[in-house]
Amino acid sequence: MRFSGFGILKQGLTGNKGWTAHWRNPKCKEAYDIVIIGGGGHGLATAYYLAKNHGLKNIAVLEKGHLGGGNIGRNTTIVRANYMMPGNSEFYSHSLKLWEGMEQDLNFNTMHSQRGQVALFHSDAQRDAAVRRANAIINQGDDAELLSPKQLRKMLPYLNYDSPRFPIYGGVIQRRAGTARHDAVAWGYARGADSRGVDLIQNCEVTGIDIQNGQVKGVQTNQGAILAKKVAIVVAGRSSLVAGMAGIRLPIESHVLQAFVTEGLKACVDKVISFGMGHFYISQSDKGGLVFGGNLDYYSSYASRGNLPMKEHVMEAAMALMPMIGKAKVLRSWGGIMDMTPDGSPIIDKTDIYGLYLNCGWCYGGFKAVPGSGYSFAHLIATDNHHEPAAGFRLDRFRTGYGLMDEEGTGAQHNLH
Amino acid sequence: MRLLCPNCGERDLREFYYQSTAEALIRPDLDAEDAVWDDYLHNRDNPAGKTEDLWYHEAGCNAWIVISRNTVSHDVLDAQLAARKRLSNEGKK
Repeated sequence: MRFSGFGILKQGLTGNKGWTAHWRNPKCKEAYDIVIIGGGGHGLATAYYLAKNHGLKNIAVLEKGHLGGGNIGRNTTIVRANYMMPGNSEFYSHSLKLWEGMEQDLNFNTMHSQRGQVALFHSDAQRDAAVRRANAIINQGDDAELLSPKQLRKMLPYLNYDSPRFPIYGGVIQRRAGTARHDAVAWGYARGADSRGVDLIQNCEVTGIDIQNGQVKGVQTNQGAILAKKVAIVVAGRSSLVAGMAGIRLPIESHVLQAFVTEGLKACVDKVISFGMGHFYISQSDKGGLVFGGNLDYYSSYASRGNLPMKEHVMEAAMALMPMIGKAKVLRSWGGIMDMTPDGSPIIDKTDIYGLYLNCGWCYGGFKAVPGSGYSFAHLIATDNHHEPAAGFRLDRFRTGYGLMDEEGTGAQHNLH
Repeated sequence: MRLLCPNCGERDLREFYYQSTAEALIRPDLDAEDAVWDDYLHNRDNPAGKTEDLWYHEAGCNAWIVISRNTVSHDVLDAQLAARKRLSNEGKK
């Protein structure tokens, strides 16, 4: 079923009785050419681009819960391309371009809103760093624009400009950045993959990976064994556990990252705003809730919930930047499990096991990467060659020290990202 | 989550600095091969369940501590001084 304005009008006038399911609920077959472990945003996008760009059909996506039930359904929905390091920069640039064509491509409303993201700075030194980053973004071919405090006061009048501790010296806006409806991205890719013949198997937990003579043969699941010529692992925070089934130890620690939503308010924050003197970023959802988040809790965790000290820190940063937020009530908070790499950048690569592919290490920035990650990973699986924009995401960069993408300049060490 | 210090007892999480997994205490020989050092520095077991981490009681007694903890439930199970743990690691390289 194709969506269209006319179709919505027709359904509205006929009691909305004509809508059908967006995807099938197929029985798992005994063998596939490609098995993708993980039915989140990245896994579903990978399946979609394998089918669309490479014409492959005999593909299954195995999801242990329901589609899009992991980090794609529990993030702060920010889409941007303001990276600086070679390797990251071209990848996120490509991904943002895919975002811009996504809704037409998928024929699905992902509510992608290019409302602009403002990254604030609060000192002369931070201004220099921001200008440098902005120039790098412009050189990459994306947009960045320096804003003076005067321009910012007009754009975002409710910020605490004259704070004695954290005065706002200006900001950099990327106007093509913004937000999207996170669940809809998963659903759109699921629907697109399914309509191209991909089997989306839910409640199917992988319990083992079959390998013979250094070549992958298939997977063991709670629904039985599945033969596969190629197996792709795209399981975010669970990457170490699934790769462990193939005897691989990954450069990943799983950490918890918290996010928060307030009660629904009238429209007031029409940009994505990032504080420069504490880890805090905020946007407003179309339902009216202020969606904001902070930094990792900074200890390894699979708990999907954080602790109070980081909650307090985020609330303090919110109050420091935007005192009016004190009037809002936080409705809920949650934690997602982040697959953290030593340099804070991702991995899209082959493994030493023939036919076993790896897509992980998205740290706290996986949402904006969904289309680019799926596109590049599909290219790698289909052709066995790295896709140009993601060619820097090598697994061996930690061993060789070549091509590390340490955006924060803190060093490629686990506890620093 | 409140953490356990062998010197100070149960203390607020904010007093501690998280370093890494306690595998960090099993340091390879200086002349070990690159692959061994790579594995030591970067690769992790990253278990869902019981883990042992290295923490620094920064705002307390300044001791390096190995805390055994459950990463799924956040239960804190046990704590011992890293120096003592390191002695019991001898021969695990």
